[in-house]
Amino acid sequence: MPEVPSPSHGFPGRLLVFEGLDGSGKSTQAALLGKWLQSKGYRVFFTEWNSSELVSSTIRRGKKKGLLTPTTFSLLHAVDFADRFERKILPPLRAGYLVVCDRYAYTAFVRDAARGCDPAWVRMIYSFAPRPDRVFYFRVPVAVTLKRKLASRLKMNYYEAGMDLGLSDDLVESYQRFQGRLKREYDRLSTVDDFRVVDATRPVEAIQAELRADLKPLLAKFPTGTRLMHDG
Amino acid sequence: MTDRTYGTRLPGMPEEDLIGKLIVVEGADGSGRTTEVALLREWLEVEGHAVVDTGLRRSDLVSEEIDRAKQGHTLASTTMALLYAADFADQLENKIIPALAAGSTVLADRYIYTLMARAIARGASREYARQLYGFAVRPDLVIFLDARPEILLHRSIGKYGSLDYWESGMDLCLSRDLFESFFLYQALLSKEFDWMVHEYGFQNVDANRMPEQVHADVQRRVAPLYGARPAPPRRSPRTT
Repeated sequence: MPEVPSPSHGFPGRLLVFEGLDGSGKSTQAALLGKWLQSKGYRVFFTEWNSSELVSSTIRRGKKKGLLTPTTFSLLHAVDFADRFERKILPPLRAGYLVVCDRYAYTAFVRDAARGCDPAWVRMIYSFAPRPDRVFYFRVPVAVTLKRKLASRLKMNYYEAGMDLGLSDDLVESYQRFQGRLKREYDRLSTVDDFRVVDATRPVEAIQAELRADLKPLLAKFPTGTRLMHDG
Repeated sequence: MTDRTYGTRLPGMPEEDLIGKLIVVEGADGSGRTTEVALLREWLEVEGHAVVDTGLRRSDLVSEEIDRAKQGHTLASTTMALLYAADFADQLENKIIPALAAGSTVLADRYIYTLMARAIARGASREYARQLYGFAVRPDLVIFLDARPEILLHRSIGKYGSLDYWESGMDLCLSRDLFESFFLYQALLSKEFDWMVHEYGFQNVDANRMPEQVHADVQRRVAPLYGARPAPPRRSPRTT
């Protein structure tokens, strides 16, 4: 079974996606970009992975009890994403918004592949999710994200470190190896899915300037909120 | 290794052979499925086989969410299909596969086919449903209990005192009338089962008959799995 990218959406809105490892700085960049777009008068809708309430309690419970296998892990996250897509992404996209997604189906593609699921199967599961108008991939060495992670003193969680895969008994060691798998998968997808690869080791301002410049052509003919709500 | 599943690799599948038999009984609500599963279990145990039975929506993982979704938390069809698939995967990996690996016979009161038919009736494509369940273990035998809609209707009313909201597909808004919706919904499911009979090699059993007749027919089809020579058929398996 080949990996087939989904077709485009054909709705009046535009779908802008931010992908990358934890600690790659994509959330910061997505928020800054959202601010800028709003200041330009565009109608912007911002959404992030796991904001859906539906199965997050199940996922949390399952994770805590170690009940999840790669397949159930994958399917429950797909439920979560499908619900989010249906409620949060599709309506503003159809209504003509710029929809900014902090993580999209690609997060599932890389994570599930790293857990041993068949990549073509995972892609098929998410075939309801259309191809975005732009995917920014924040590419960064694992060592950099690890340094940021340790410096921020955020707790490193079990699944984020891929501890369920038994790669290593040591949390940090497991984290590095698992995140390395994710990065290799992101790198592989960047050609398959035509990602805009952003060197995320640079300063915040430089990256943000690059994103804004990149989106100019895409936004050239896109209507602002005023033009959507009022004639003349 | 994908030959034991419907084409998709299942991470964590044990290396050893799944030596037990997986027998599936499919059929609409009112087709006599539950009765037949009980009779079949009894018979197999008397014959000396260890039997583990399993059905849909009995796993601990997400059954709570499914109940909540059914109580008015309306979910889009894809979301619901994926939720059922997660529930099925949980049972497959935690119950069915370990039992098969240990050499037990797993007797499934419905399997992926009902889930697929429901998902397709609610708007999923056949291809999506088929590939979604590509990780499911191929059964050794699928018995399909085939009964006419009028018979299903009478048995359903006999069982519930009325018609069940979900088994009548009321969530699909096919009709506001419960009876009409029941027939329309059963026709939709039946169309999908007709397709699957060929696609997945079901053994069609005429379930319009009395339970003991149905059981005798089923026994005749199950026996060869355990090396017994099949008794000659007494009548055509399908009488529609």
